[in-house]
Amino acid sequence: MEMAYALCVGILTTSGIFLTLRGRTFPVVVGLTLLSYAVNLFLFASGRLGIDDAAVLQAEATNYTDPLPQALVLTAIVIGFAMTAFAVILAMRARADLGNDHVDGRLPTITEESTAKEKP
Amino acid sequence: MNLIWVPLLPLLGTLVPLLTARTGRTLCAWTTSLLPALSLLIVLFHAPTVLSGATLKSTLPWIPALDLELAFRLDGLGLLFALLILGIGLLVILYARYYLSPKDSMGRFYSYLILFMTAMLGIVLSNNLIQLWVFWELTSISSFLLISFWSDKREARRGARMALTVTGAGGMALLAGILLIGNVVGSYDLDRVLASTIQIRNSGYYPAILVLVLLGAFTKSAQFPFHFWLPHAMAAPTPVSAYLHSATMVKAGIFLMARFYPVLSGTDMWFLIVSLTGLVTLLTGAYFALFKHDLKGLLAYSTISHLGLITLLLGMDTKLAAVAAVFHIINHATFKASLFMAAGIIDHESGSRDMRKLNGLWKYMPYTATLAMVAASAMAGVPLLNGFLSKEMFFSETLHQSTLGALSWLVPVLATCGGVFSVAYSLRFIHDVFFNGEPIDLPRTPHEPPRYMKLPVEILVALCLLVGMLPGYVIGDLLNSASSAVLQGLVPEYSLAIWHGFNLPLAMSTIAFVGGLVIYYNRKVLFQFQAQFPEADAKEIFEKLIQMLMAGCRWVNDRLENGSLQRYLMLMLLFTFALVVTPMMALSQLVGERPQLPISGVEITGAALLILGALATVIWHRKRMIALITLSIVGLIVSVTFARFSAPDLALTQLSVEVVTVILLMLALFFLPQRTPKESSPHQMMRDLAISALIGGVVGTLCYALMTRPLHSISDFFLANSKTGGGGTNVVNVILVDFRGFDTLGEITVLGIAALGIFKLINRMRLFMPAGDERGRPWSNDRYPVILATVSQLLLPLALLVSVYIFLRGHNMPGGGFIAGLITAVAIIQQYVANGVDFIKERLKLNYQWLIGSGLLIATLTGLGSWAFGRPFLTSWFDHFHLPLVGDFELASAMLFDLGVYLTVIGATLLILANLGKLTTTERPVLTKEEL
Repeated sequence: MEMAYALCVGILTTSGIFLTLRGRTFPVVVGLTLLSYAVNLFLFASGRLGIDDAAVLQAEATNYTDPLPQALVLTAIVIGFAMTAFAVILAMRARADLGNDHVDGRLPTITEESTAKEKP
Repeated sequence: MNLIWVPLLPLLGTLVPLLTARTGRTLCAWTTSLLPALSLLIVLFHAPTVLSGATLKSTLPWIPALDLELAFRLDGLGLLFALLILGIGLLVILYARYYLSPKDSMGRFYSYLILFMTAMLGIVLSNNLIQLWVFWELTSISSFLLISFWSDKREARRGARMALTVTGAGGMALLAGILLIGNVVGSYDLDRVLASTIQIRNSGYYPAILVLVLLGAFTKSAQFPFHFWLPHAMAAPTPVSAYLHSATMVKAGIFLMARFYPVLSGTDMWFLIVSLTGLVTLLTGAYFALFKHDLKGLLAYSTISHLGLITLLLGMDTKLAAVAAVFHIINHATFKASLFMAAGIIDHESGSRDMRKLNGLWKYMPYTATLAMVAASAMAGVPLLNGFLSKEMFFSETLHQSTLGALSWLVPVLATCGGVFSVAYSLRFIHDVFFNGEPIDLPRTPHEPPRYMKLPVEILVALCLLVGMLPGYVIGDLLNSASSAVLQGLVPEYSLAIWHGFNLPLAMSTIAFVGGLVIYYNRKVLFQFQAQFPEADAKEIFEKLIQMLMAGCRWVNDRLENGSLQRYLMLMLLFTFALVVTPMMALSQLVGERPQLPISGVEITGAALLILGALATVIWHRKRMIALITLSIVGLIVSVTFARFSAPDLALTQLSVEVVTVILLMLALFFLPQRTPKESSPHQMMRDLAISALIGGVVGTLCYALMTRPLHSISDFFLANSKTGGGGTNVVNVILVDFRGFDTLGEITVLGIAALGIFKLINRMRLFMPAGDERGRPWSNDRYPVILATVSQLLLPLALLVSVYIFLRGHNMPGGGFIAGLITAVAIIQQYVANGVDFIKERLKLNYQWLIGSGLLIATLTGLGSWAFGRPFLTSWFDHFHLPLVGDFELASAMLFDLGVYLTVIGATLLILANLGKLTTTERPVLTKEEL
């Protein structure tokens, strides 16, 4: 099980980083989202995996999950949303003010032709 | 009186001249000298105690946890330097009153000068190494300001820059050395460092410490090969040269060596480095001084030479050499400061410093000439003057050392050579300037200076004579006490008598005098010989080196920072990889001992879906809508994963955030291009893929290694105290709102700030608004489908009810403010989607900024509330109550805090989405009938 979980985290990280290295804002935002999934899963796994462990205090329960990483990840998810939103709006604002959606705010010279086709 | 006042009074005094500058020059000088004079009185008041062998200390705690304190000490060495700094400082203030012209800003000059005085006092009185270093840097900065005082002159600016660069770089080395010492000793306290001689000498860091500290000392004291800055610093006004570049600042390096003498000396490495550097500096300085036609240039090189002499003395392996070094520090300060002042008077009254023009001044200013001649004789080492005594001691010590092994005989021979040149340039100073014919083309007719301009010179020259004739009475105690501070022990027997009988040192002195006379007599030949060499201008070489350094920096900078975010990200990722991969390789075993869970078909399916979703997102990332859909698959699987591994709170949060995120990204896609152009080259794709695979591999491996190792968690505390201390059984929620409530408060504050930032970004955004999708199809006219509108209106109360339920049970069951807030937000957003902004605006009069604000306020006030009960911030309270019909229920202050979280989350989420959504409706271009 742990092996499959780690594989997922690895693939998510790989995909996320690959997309954040792209030149346009939207793939970067998508990459950031994937990366935050990976980070959250990673942090969550630091409390180790357990199936059907008790998450809430019960009289008869013996095995509890580790609540600390869960609390950390819970806030991380919400903050992650705020970060994604901020990045998205920043991307839109950059497009509105600079006229393109490249992460550097200016189009690379080599690809002038490919982007020219896209513009109406 | 507390020692702290000694540097503190001059520090306060930096303001005085600025305030009194307008009251007239004389009054300004008097008021300026008031506080340093008080400081001097305090030092003198303590002097008898120190001279009797005691060390005074005073400490003010500053940051005790970091071993930082304001600590001052006054021992013999400190006393000697403090007297020099304050005494000569006061004389220089008086001198500068007459030296500066009415054009110069006197207030600024005095202010810099006093600042420098404070810094020097700080160095010599510090009992803490870090503090010493801070003052050390302050001398570099204040000396920069003083050298560049006439900032309209190019040479002043360049000279100041050079001095700052060299001494500043040395300061960095010194800091590194001090940090290493602190590392070895475990304290920056000077007392403890001085008591740790054996520990430092035996430590492996000793060579590094020695070299770094000496670099600091050598750059400051203009030792070869760092001596070149001192002649260029002569662009400073002459009072500055007299004060900084002869008596005090250049002595700071010497002071440092003397301070660390008990700890760092005594090894072959010390003797070799210090004595050789001193010897080379002594000879270079003495030789070049003869060829300088500029009066101050001659004095500058002579200063370098004498500093080399003191360094050489400190580098010899006899205790008496250290005594001689201390003695020469005093003597050099007195005669060199008076010589600089005399040079300043000559420059001031005749308008030139060029010795080829300055001749026969004896006729015009006999009184000044007499003073200068006495001081110059002291510099040459004429008997009955102070220079003679220390020079004799120096010669005698060169005979007793064995620093260079079998070649040790070289030292006295070379020292005599230095003495020969020293006599020759002193003779030149006397003969060339005051005799040797008539002045040539002087801008002004020279005359005696004002009465009080001569006074400082008179005092210093009188000291030269007094020390020279009655050394035991005048200076004996001070020398003894300072030497014992340098040696940290008993001072060996020595005699300060003027006459030691016919002995070898006397013979060396005689040779020096005869040789000096011969060389000076034949100077024309020597000048011609020297003129054959191309003159290396240190300034040009230095500037060129600096330019090369700048060009190098620019080159590196251009490679690193080319304005491409992709480049930055790549560099950062590679750096992170390099950081992580080293400890990973040290991990000998990948799999830990913790038993692993078995895997079932459901989980394989989930993992496969997640991987496929992630890969599909990457593969189709250029088709943005499809990528978004595959992305949401990944998100869903992640929330299911949380649910599967016993984290219901996380599953609920992830699910609701997922909904909000997808809505957000869909809205964003409306304003962004639908497709990503293909612009990465295959080469770039492969490179990025390799980087991300490397890092992904490392992260996955790390995750695996982590999960298979046994868990040592601090969570047992939370599990044990959640119910009894926090009053809730949902431990995750209790951690959020109680145990770590302060973190959560910070977290929702960040959330609020992000939302407000977004609000600000959306405000006045001029958007590119397509009238249709990328294929040119217009947007659907059916904006608000009836079925969706009706159903969502019916669902709203239910959704709100669910969110209230989730909120209320959060303390004991999965749920809480975060999740409830998200659910409420989703419910309201659904109304926006189904009915449009205008519809909601009429019915829901909620100001989302206010919602965020009140949420934060409630959370903060809940925290502050515990102060009212005398408890720390955010202490929680709970109790159980009974109401008829409702039954038993619990009230907790944490719920109020959770309410704050709840409101903030709703406010932030809606502020972002509603404002963004509003743009799509208010600004959407509508196609007319003809366009359709």
